[in-house]
Amino acid sequence: MSTPVAAKGLDAVREVTSEGYKYGFVTEIESETAPAGLNEDIIAFISAKKREPQWLLDWRLKAYRHWLEMPEPHWAKLRIAPIDYQAATYYAAPKRQNAPKSLDEVDPELLRTYEKLGIPLSERAALAGVAVDAVFDSVSVATTFKAKLGELGIIFCSFGEAVREHGDLVRKYLGSVVPQGDNFFAALNSAVFSDGSFVYVPEGVRCPMELSTYFRINAAKTGQFERTLIVADKGSYVSYLEGCTAPQRDENQLHAAVVELVALEGAEIKYSTVQNWYPGDAEGRGGIYNFVTKRGACRGSSSKISWTQVETGSAITWKYPSCILEGDNSVGEFYSVAITNNLQQADTGTKMIHIGRNTRSTIVSKGISAGRGQNTYRGLVRIQPKAENARNYTQCDSLLIGHKCGAHTVPYIEVRNPSARVEHEATTSKIDEDQMFYCRQRGLKQEDALSLIVNGFCKEVLKELPMEFAVEAQKLLAVSLEGSVG
Amino acid sequence: MLEIKNLHARIADGREILKGIDLVVAPGEVHAIMGPNGSGKSTLAGVLSGRPGYEVTEGTVLYRGRDLLALDPDERAREGVFLAFQYPVEIPGVNNMYFLRAALNSVRRARGEPELDAGQFLKAVRAKLKLLEIGDDLLQRAVNVGFSGGEKKRNEIFQMAMLEPKLAILDETDSGLDIDALRVVARGINKLHAPDRAMVLITHYQRLLDYIEPDRVHVLSRGRIVKSGDKMLAVELEKHGYAAFEAA
Ligand SMILES: Nc1ncnc2c1ncn2[C@@H]1O[C@H](COP(=O)(O)OP(=O)(O)O)[C@@H](O)[C@H]1O
Ligand SMILES: [Mg+2]
Repeated sequence: MSTPVAAKGLDAVREVTSEGYKYGFVTEIESETAPAGLNEDIIAFISAKKREPQWLLDWRLKAYRHWLEMPEPHWAKLRIAPIDYQAATYYAAPKRQNAPKSLDEVDPELLRTYEKLGIPLSERAALAGVAVDAVFDSVSVATTFKAKLGELGIIFCSFGEAVREHGDLVRKYLGSVVPQGDNFFAALNSAVFSDGSFVYVPEGVRCPMELSTYFRINAAKTGQFERTLIVADKGSYVSYLEGCTAPQRDENQLHAAVVELVALEGAEIKYSTVQNWYPGDAEGRGGIYNFVTKRGACRGSSSKISWTQVETGSAITWKYPSCILEGDNSVGEFYSVAITNNLQQADTGTKMIHIGRNTRSTIVSKGISAGRGQNTYRGLVRIQPKAENARNYTQCDSLLIGHKCGAHTVPYIEVRNPSARVEHEATTSKIDEDQMFYCRQRGLKQEDALSLIVNGFCKEVLKELPMEFAVEAQKLLAVSLEGSVG
Repeated sequence: MLEIKNLHARIADGREILKGIDLVVAPGEVHAIMGPNGSGKSTLAGVLSGRPGYEVTEGTVLYRGRDLLALDPDERAREGVFLAFQYPVEIPGVNNMYFLRAALNSVRRARGEPELDAGQFLKAVRAKLKLLEIGDDLLQRAVNVGFSGGEKKRNEIFQMAMLEPKLAILDETDSGLDIDALRVVARGINKLHAPDRAMVLITHYQRLLDYIEPDRVHVLSRGRIVKSGDKMLAVELEKHGYAAFEAA
């Protein structure tokens, strides 16, 4: 489909970026840091720093008041050390004091991983958090994109910019899919979100390239409380890529992003994620806690939202990209690969809420546990009374590598309309000795054999990714499983 | 090429399956190992190729002058040991062609040869496909998934043709084949017959030997080679059955 264009798009970005010095760029002014803790003053401070309109400050405060009343959720199958929300800092310029001064100071292990993943040299420093004053100028990158997109009327910009320049659109849709009080982490995000992306695709427009959070680097900077809003107007199409395959370090342990998608009549949104936040070391020290709320509303008839995710990073992943199928004949899809190695824990899945007639959903989840990793699929399929002829197909496969890891499947199925058809298939298997031996007998090294088999196991999901992403994801799976056999 | 001395091996439950095998195979030779079900033929193939689950308790195996048993299974493969499986293994989601190319390049790297790109690989594949009467579609399917018995066996020989091993061990490649398929497979095997390559054909029936002429035939019974001879031994076996050769 649009794959060649996508590849070109990314290449173009790389070119521009590596030539950044030629064009010169503005070094961001180091901004003040808010005192630790969370209260209404801090939120007002954040909002003022970002020069936000009053309505947004009010919106944030409302979220904050919700959050105060909400208990931290503990229903997921996760062991989490207590998080002290008052000890955290909610507005800070990137910390530069402790950052490594050059690649020589960066953990060689991390550098080797970049090499294996084929991350261009030019990007490695930034990913590793090297305190180069301005490694890349993501603004200029965005500008090249924008010129092309602008011709089609597509808006693609940072969330902050969207608030300033397209306030009405943002105001109309922000929180319309994930309300401020939706859940503990979404409320926290709504109160303190830093930045993120905004996309609007006008009626009838097919976005000609894959939109990505422009860039690996950019994602690394806005990671902690990211906020994304994508609106596809009638009959439009957009494919959006989030994240990056390189392991990303971040000094903030707690991440709580919110993504909202709105598909109007006949529109289609394809949202692909590769999540590779730092998982912690082999003993589980220092990894990111990733608590994400992602939800899409198929608001118009015959609209479609498709989530594809490859989750390999983070110490803890808590994430359930969902679809609200309001429009008649709308379609929701969820394709997921989640890997947990060492001491990683993932509790992930989806919710498919069927409201309209003839709505269809497909769920394909592949969980891979290695080391002492724990992997839980948690999924809800709800068929509302008016969802005549709704269909769901769910397939959940778990693969265990070694005997100290765990896989769990927790499906919730609620059917309130007798015409519904809901199918659920689940399998759990161990990595097959015979398959391993067969591959090795043909000359493949143990690790290559494992990665081949695991990639095969994930095939149905990986094929949903845009080509360039899929190739990277394959390599990523191999790297994520390193050391898990032999 | 291959020198097995007094090889004893047992399985996880402690049962000894191979009870002192002696066998010498020179380059260019084709040996047939025949024996009833359960006599230890696949166990021998497994031990030689490094399949997990067997413990060698006694004896030595020299392969081209090296201690074969000290090598990992994949090292053995890269050194030129190939096993055509009695039951080829299915690998869902892995494209047959992709698998073979990964295997071939791994072996080529070990031999110090350049890797083949997609184009060169395809060219090499075409010639061998014809030989084994394999359709293109088989390459695009997942490894062995949904293959018929005959397709699986043909695919094994096809892999062998691509990997060009030094020592090929074929475990009952003939069983489950109809006569036409048998002929095709035999033609493939014969085509690979070369002065620097040795082959060990494990078979239950004599009929494969109607198409492939072995230099030596060995009868395996209860973990021992109880008789060795030339190709006439296979004919004799066919006539009198294994019972006449039973080990005590
Ligand atoms: N991995 C194994 N686990 C359990 N039993 C085995 C295993 N491999 C071989 N055996 C046993 O060893 C004996 C010989 O088997 P095998 O070598 O497969 O014989 P053949 O190939 O000659 O039919 C049989 O009794 C079989 O059940
Ligand atoms: Mg056998």
